[in-house]
Amino acid sequence: MRVLAAMSGGVDSAVAAARAVDAGHDVVGVHMALNRAPGALRTGSRGCCTIEDALDARRAADLLGIPFYVWDLSESFVEEVVEDFVAEYAAGRTPNPCVRCNERIKFAALLDKGVALGFDAVCTGHYARVVRGADGSAQLHRAADAAKDQSYVLAVLDADQVAHAMFPLGDAPTKERVRAEAERRGLPVARKPDSHDICFIPDGDTRGFLADKLGEEPGEVLDEDGAVLGTHTGTYGFTVGQRKGLGLTRPAPDGRPRYVLSIEPVRRTVTVGPAERLAVGELRAVAAVWSAPEPAGPVEVHAQVRAHGEAVPAVAEVTGDQVRVALRTPLTGVAPGQTVAFYAGTRVLGSATIAGTAPAGA
Amino acid sequence: MTAYLDHASTTPLRPEALEAWAAAAALGGNPSSLHSSGRRARAAVEESREALAAAVGARPGEVVWTSGGTEADNLALKGLYWARRDADPRRRRVLVGAAEHHAVLDCAQWLAEHEGADVRLLPVDALGRADLDALRAELAEGGDEVALVSLMWANNEVGTVQPVAAAAELARAAGVPVHTDAVQAVGHLPVDFAAAGVDALSLSAHKFGGPVGVGALVLRRGTALVPLQHGGGQELGVRSGTLDAPAARAAAAALTAATAALPVESARTAALRDRLVAGLRAAVDGLVLRGDPVLDAAHRLPGNAHVTVAGCEGDSLLYLLDAAGVECSTGSACQAGVARPSHVLLATGLSEQEAAGALRFSLGWSTTDADVDAALAAVGPAVERARRASTSARTSRARRRQSVVATSAGAGAS
Repeated sequence: MRVLAAMSGGVDSAVAAARAVDAGHDVVGVHMALNRAPGALRTGSRGCCTIEDALDARRAADLLGIPFYVWDLSESFVEEVVEDFVAEYAAGRTPNPCVRCNERIKFAALLDKGVALGFDAVCTGHYARVVRGADGSAQLHRAADAAKDQSYVLAVLDADQVAHAMFPLGDAPTKERVRAEAERRGLPVARKPDSHDICFIPDGDTRGFLADKLGEEPGEVLDEDGAVLGTHTGTYGFTVGQRKGLGLTRPAPDGRPRYVLSIEPVRRTVTVGPAERLAVGELRAVAAVWSAPEPAGPVEVHAQVRAHGEAVPAVAEVTGDQVRVALRTPLTGVAPGQTVAFYAGTRVLGSATIAGTAPAGA
Repeated sequence: MTAYLDHASTTPLRPEALEAWAAAAALGGNPSSLHSSGRRARAAVEESREALAAAVGARPGEVVWTSGGTEADNLALKGLYWARRDADPRRRRVLVGAAEHHAVLDCAQWLAEHEGADVRLLPVDALGRADLDALRAELAEGGDEVALVSLMWANNEVGTVQPVAAAAELARAAGVPVHTDAVQAVGHLPVDFAAAGVDALSLSAHKFGGPVGVGALVLRRGTALVPLQHGGGQELGVRSGTLDAPAARAAAAALTAATAALPVESARTAALRDRLVAGLRAAVDGLVLRGDPVLDAAHRLPGNAHVTVAGCEGDSLLYLLDAAGVECSTGSACQAGVARPSHVLLATGLSEQEAAGALRFSLGWSTTDADVDAALAAVGPAVERARRASTSARTSRARRRQSVVATSAGAGAS
């Protein structure tokens, strides 16, 4: 196959590309430039897409003996990921920009361009597996290494995108083994730190980034009865389930910690309450994408709402353009805007974007 | 077998240069040493200086060796600016062509940001030629505030030959020194420093078949210039640093060979280029030759064929041509390797979209008919495919899905 290997400059994508070469594919490395004004150097584990990262990716491609290009996808990235991230927070929701980037950039803008240029697949360093079903269809599964599994951020891919995806690290037993493999292959990125956080917020200060984009929008922090407990400078600084940085001036009467229960961006209010009020028993989600056949009628699934969160048993049912998810085990800290991924065993069935929640036992 | 059609980024080393380089490197010696090894190395540098000077119509004492074109440009702009400003504090204005190489533009920008320079860009016309009326107006309005003018001899992207001598005449009348970045011209066009009437001229060996890492600033005798590098006081204190005898030998050998061959080579290269341009036009709809359409050496670099292809992205074209064994360029590059819309094309009035599908083929001494044939065979299919990639980006699944999400998201909150 002709394979386009997305190379971030990190160890995972470099080893993934190397494995694709070993498998006999005709591989071309591409570094996606997502920032028009990239910083020169990477700082610790934060951020990506610096010039140094592009150079690291180029060096890895040199060692693998594959052609390497830098493609400018910054316009799509800003439109599809960064602006969406800001708009979602402004609307009181909690987006996952990595999910969005996989959906709109890596397996859309990049894949489409690659396919048009004659490639058959996009290869990345994600920890997930593409398994051929009995009918020949491509199925997305969890990685062998449960601790590194990234199938959640890929659950947004549809069947066609999965069919064009290649994840050579899906069966790697651990990340350390991947690093050791990079070392063995002589890849200079073998000891490069993992990247965490959000790549377009290199200093890690999400609240500051949003404040820059959205300005101050002061409002009140309320308890469930509507009593004012404090003030804030913008609802975008909060996410459901958050405990720290609430800026409360009055302690709770019972002295127990309080958590963000809901965010109302129009009235600019943040409602807080005790931990038990965070328990969610039912989800309503929209914009469902199924890489498995779309379920007809209620189906038993496992639902996961965070990248490394627990998957809990649930019943999902598609009604119209919504998915109703009844959780058999309540989940806490479920925020509108998050992705809910549906699993059957290790297989990803699909995902949807959480639009609303109902408390457990309601 | 690859067809190397990217001479403007670097020209294959001429055999004469390689031979001279290796021979001088084997001899060793520091040209500043007083013993016989030093004298031998010094003789190599001075012979090379004389040969280089002769090839560009300058006196040997006017040649300042540098590490290449970028250093020569920096030395000229910063050195002339500081010297002029120190002599007359009113002279802070720097006039540079809008289509200059970044080695000039970014240097001017740095002077504006750090040294109080008032930088003004001289506009270019649709062919990339500097507007002399704009220069005339600037000089008439405040000629006694101008520190220097910098105008390239020939444009590195679209190949347009600039009216350097005419600009120099205007500037001289106003008492303003003129620098010309002749990096693309030397070895490819007849360049006469004295006849052009300029005060400083940058050249770079690897653009005419010499090695990377050596060039020169040709500086009119008696021109005041503040050095950038301080140290051993080589090159009359203008450019400290151990002289590189092997590099000087190689540069001089390359330029001597290029100059001797120039009348024949220029016509041969231009004929190959003309065939390439005609073939490209025939093979691809919506392909436009940029730069000067008059394909003679008075108007355009003989080896330059710069085109834009409607409905394509340069990086797609570059990848597809590279995969087909044809090496060319989008004309502009940046350090991360991302092709950005060319400032030269934007300065000629093109939109970012029009500038996106730029391709520069640059031919030279090693180019053959087979290279041109390879490019012509590859370009049609590459354009067809690149156009499909561009169309798919516009109608990508991301956009298709966007409408689905917009519909679903409007379904109301619980």
